[in-house]
Order: sequence, then C-alpha cells, then structure tokens
Amino acid sequence: MKKIIFILLLSILSWNNAHALITVDITRGNLDPLPIAVSPLHVDTESEKIPSFETSTLGEEISKIIEKNFKSTGLFNPLKKDSFVQKPDIAHLKPRFEDWRLIKAQALVTGKLLIKNNKLKVEFRLWDLTAAKEMVALSFTTTPNNWRRVAHIISDKIYERLTGESGYFDTRIAYVSETGPKNQRVKKLALMDQDGFNTKYLTLGNELVLTPRFNPTNQLVTYLSYFKNMPRVYLLDIETGIQEVVGNFPGMTFAPRFSPDGKKIIMSFAKDGNSDIYSMDLETRVVEQITKHPSIDTSPSYSPDGKYITFNSDRSGLQQIYVMRSDGTQVKRITHGSGLYGTPVWSPRGDLIAFTKVRKGRFYIGVMRSDGTGERLLTENFYQEAPSWSPNGRVLIFYRETKSDSKGKGFSAKLWSIDITGYNERRLKTETDASDPSWSSLLSK
Amino acid sequence: MTKGLLFSFLFHSLIIFLTMLTLPFMMREPIDLPPIVSVELIEIKDKTYIPFAPKARKIIKEVKEEQKRVVSEQAPPAAKAKEKPDRIPMPEDKKETKELVKKKQNPEEIKPQIRQASEFEKDELFDTNEIAALIDKAKEEQAETQRKKQELTQSSVKNAFAQGLSLSEEDALRAQIFGCWSVPLGLPYDENLLVRIKLKLKPDGRILKSEILDHARMNTPGQSFYKILAESALRAVRICQPLKVPPTGYERWKELQLNFDPSEMLKG
Repeated sequence: MKKIIFILLLSILSWNNAHALITVDITRGNLDPLPIAVSPLHVDTESEKIPSFETSTLGEEISKIIEKNFKSTGLFNPLKKDSFVQKPDIAHLKPRFEDWRLIKAQALVTGKLLIKNNKLKVEFRLWDLTAAKEMVALSFTTTPNNWRRVAHIISDKIYERLTGESGYFDTRIAYVSETGPKNQRVKKLALMDQDGFNTKYLTLGNELVLTPRFNPTNQLVTYLSYFKNMPRVYLLDIETGIQEVVGNFPGMTFAPRFSPDGKKIIMSFAKDGNSDIYSMDLETRVVEQITKHPSIDTSPSYSPDGKYITFNSDRSGLQQIYVMRSDGTQVKRITHGSGLYGTPVWSPRGDLIAFTKVRKGRFYIGVMRSDGTGERLLTENFYQEAPSWSPNGRVLIFYRETKSDSKGKGFSAKLWSIDITGYNERRLKTETDASDPSWSSLLSK
Repeated sequence: MTKGLLFSFLFHSLIIFLTMLTLPFMMREPIDLPPIVSVELIEIKDKTYIPFAPKARKIIKEVKEEQKRVVSEQAPPAAKAKEKPDRIPMPEDKKETKELVKKKQNPEEIKPQIRQASEFEKDELFDTNEIAALIDKAKEEQAETQRKKQELTQSSVKNAFAQGLSLSEEDALRAQIFGCWSVPLGLPYDENLLVRIKLKLKPDGRILKSEILDHARMNTPGQSFYKILAESALRAVRICQPLKVPPTGYERWKELQLNFDPSEMLKG
C-alpha cells in the first residue's frame, strides 16, 4: 500500500520534468544544382599504348563527358577542376574529405582506368563528402573504342544513385537530318548519341523520311518514307541496314510507333480521306483495325503497360486527344482546353502524356496526366512539335523551326530538350538541321 | 491504520487540489472593463468615398453646377457693359436676360442644400481635432490591450520554453535547413516521403550523433528512393552545421527531431 502511495507521489512530482522531444518539420528544400566534383580518372601507368587515340588523356576526357552530362541535366553543378586539391591517383583510393568539402563539393567522383590486352578497364567511385562515405563503386571492361559509352554508363549510375531515378545518358536519338534550301530539303534518317556525338546516317536522302521511332530494344526503327510515291510505314534494322515496308495496305500508312513489348507496330491507315488506327503483329503479320470512325484518327501511342492507347482525332470537330483501351473500346476524350491538341506520347513512367498544342497561331509543348487533368504547358514558340520522352520520363526532346521569309531564308530546324518541370530548356547539337527526334531506351539495362 | 492513512491522504490531496484550482480566481481582482469605443477606420484617398457619398455627390454636383452658373452669370456683365445702352434689345436677348434673372434667384433657393453637402465637402466642418482625439483614444486602448496580450503571450512563451523552441527559434532553424537541403528530384509523388532524423547536438549546434528513425525502410525493396531521400536529408543537416540553435537552454534542445517531408513541395 505504501508502495502505491509512493509511486503516486513520485509520479505527481515528476510530472513537470517530463518533456517531449522537440520536433521541427522541414517541408521545403532547394532545387539548386548539387555541387559535384568529378576528378579526372587516373590512368594506370601499366596501360598499353593504342595507336588510334591518346591514352594519357583518356581519364580526363571521360571525366569531361561525365561533367557535360551532369551539367545538361540542370540538377548538378560540376565544379571547376582548377580548385581540386587532390591528385587523381590518391583521390581514388582515399579522398581527403575535408579538402573536398572546402571547395563546397557535396559529392565526388573518382576513378581509374587501365588498358591491357586491348581491353579497357574503367572503375569509378562515388563519394558522399558530407558523410565521408563511399556511395557506389563499379568497374567496367570493354573494347577501348567504347570509351564514350563507358563515360555515359558511369554518368547513369551516379545520376541514379543521387537522384533516385534511372539516368538517360547511355542512349541514342534517332532523328531526321535536314539539309538544303527550304523548298528542296534533303531528309535523311540519322542516329546519334544523346550528347550529339557518333552521328550515323541510315538513309541516303533520295526519299523523304519522317517520324522515326525506336523499338524497345533499340535495334529497329520504324519510320515513314515513300514507296511508289505513296507514304508508307517502313521498318529498318539498324545493325544490318535491311529495310522493309510494313504490311500490305492499299493506301498510305503513317505515324507508326512500336508497342511496349516491341511485338506490334501501331499506325494510321488512310483511305478515301478517312484515317483510322491499325496495328500489325510483326511476327504473324496479322493486321487489326482499332478505331472505326468517319474522322481523322492518328498519332497513336501505347501506355507503357500496353493496356491503353492515346491518339488524336477530330471527331468532335477540332483536333483533340483521346484515350481508349488497346482493343479500341471505351474511347474517352481527355483534352477540353481551347486550341488544337496533337502528337500525344505516353510517358515511359506511365503517369503523364506529352503533347503539342496550337493556340492562336503559337505552338506549345505540354504535359498532362493520363486522364487529361493537370495540363502544364512547358514551352511556347513560333513552331515546335513532336515531343519524345527520355527513358526515365523526366526530359522531353522536340524540334523547333524558325520563321523564314517567302524565299525560305532564315529557316532552320533544331532539336531542343526541356525538363518536365519547364526548366532547363537546351538546344541539342546536331551536325545538320534536325527534326522529328525519337529517344531510345537505355542501351545498357 | 493504513486505511485511515490512505483516506487522510486522499482527502487532503483533494482539498489541496481544489484550493489550487480556486485560489487564483479568488486572488484575481475583478477586471474593470472600460466601455468599448468603436472607431471605423476609413482609408483616405485623394477622393474619399463615404458610404452615403452617392447622395452627397449628387447634391455636391448640383451645388457645383449652380456655382458655375453663378460664376458664368457674374462674368457676362463685363461683356454686357460693352453693349450700347441705346441698343434695342432683340427678342433673343430678352429671353436671355430673363433666364439670367431666373438663375440669379436659384442660388438663394438651394442654400440649405449647399449646407447639407458641405458637411462632407467643406474642410472646416470636418472636425479633425475630434477625429484625432478619437484615434488617440483608440491607440491608448489598443496599447492597453496589447500590453495585456503581451503579458499573456510572454507567459505562454515561458511555457513553450519549458517544452520546445519558440516560433522564431524554430523558424530560424527551419530556414537554415531549407537552404541546405537539395531535394532529390526522382521521388515518387504518391508515396510516403517522411524522413525522421533524430539528432544529438553539442552546445554550439554541431552534431554529436544523427540517426534515421525509419532505418529499416531504407533497405526495403522497391523503396530505394527512400534511401536517397534519407541520405539527402542527412547531408542537409551535416552541411548546415553548426545548426542555428538558441544560445541558451541547451538542455531542452540537446536532442532534436527533424521531420523532412518534401511531398508538399513536389506537388506544388
């Protein structure tokens, strides 16, 4: 009994001394680019000399590519190498974290490369400088000529480790290369690395080409070209160079795109002024009509799970964007804003649809949710269209044409990219004028 | 024996408790509430619109027009003087003079109206002294109520001191961490993004120990974003140190919990 009284008394006395842990809610942060130091990769002294390129500067070149990739995202701020205080060989083994923190870096990339038996071995480490910890360390072995790709793969790994989403640097972009005066444009199918290097031309430019699209494995490209003066959908194997006309349609076919599993091509087929959406199985060559409506239905694009298709149609009078099940049922209009909507493309993440909008003579690239809500216009210009998603669904690439006079002077077509936040608009360097870009998926998965 | 002791204890503590409750009321003097003087504050612009202005404006307009007429009526005589006295008045002229005569009469007729209007218009009638006095009075009262309020808030702040940080202290700390936290952009929108970090601090605001409270989630498959988010929050705290903690009262903030949640920011 006394015990109880004692406990009662004690609890009354200690009442005031009890206190809760102070908590502070942090609901905002900054979106400033993360300061990162990319130390040049240390070239092992035992490396062999290779006649085709300079081995001694290879480490520096790779670090430059990584820096350029990071800078292009707008999310990182690669610090100037002049301020680096530690040499690459020592930094790679054990960085002096205090020294790197001194130059306000939050992350550090170090690495080492060795060429032996005609094989290039590159290893890198990513360090969290504030926690004084290694975040990721990997090594790659490949043929020396692949050194640019190694730099891109390293960039992807670091990007993924720091942002939480997969990167998009080890990718390619297919586009239509344009040369010559406006009324006599020579259009070739071209392919380049995401950073504008290693451009290859896939067609000779004898025939007009439009709207190239990668398949999910990046081995095939489907596009529109002319066959017997009729626009037809083509299929091209990038490695072998073999091309073929898709399907035996009695008329023009256009706006092709692969299904997410790569087994089908979906496209528009026009007959007697009416165009509907068709799909063709690439193995069985069975053609299936998906829409049946006396209006122009075109620009189909699958959702990443393959269950839905978005397309544009003028069935309501003006061109608007619709979504339907992939068998053509449950057609639902999703855009209701003023202006014309076209070229819908489903994001690889599945959450958004990118589109081109024309309103009062101005062109916009925008994104919205797949139910049509949350429309956001990212960029406005005189003429721009055909957005294509980066494989992680964060960046859009599109092309923009400039105004020209009646003789076609001042005309140009360039590729541009923009973050889905509407920030970080940049022009992509291409050897020639360019249009109709298509972003591949990651080459190394 | 023990029963009696217990009853005695309970009974006494009840009495003490009741006294604690009632005593403050007894001690407090009845508050003498001064009568409330309500002052309507009107924004004064170049042209002030008072609620019943439309009516007044109408009257003012009429008066002004009349004044104009009066002026125009006064001016013409100079011209008229030029007229030859022997000039035979034309029929039109006659009309004019008649009208003028009529007008001349008007101002006298509407004199009371003028006075009505001038209550709003004329400065002399607008007793500024009275308003100043009213404002002064209001200020005094405001100051008094403020004083009372301050007394109240000060005591409540004291209470808060015993438990947590004051609002301004919390704001300072929060603002500091806002600046240090680079939010990773690849976060999913529809997941729980709360990262709780428990800190042990040194008196100078440097970090002695940091701990992520939901540590298990960092290595859960499919939640890889959480690790990246948690790391970014930890990085923010480390970059920020020494944290902007109050200069005194180390005991109360030597342990802090920071709840990082970027979901609002990402949605907005």
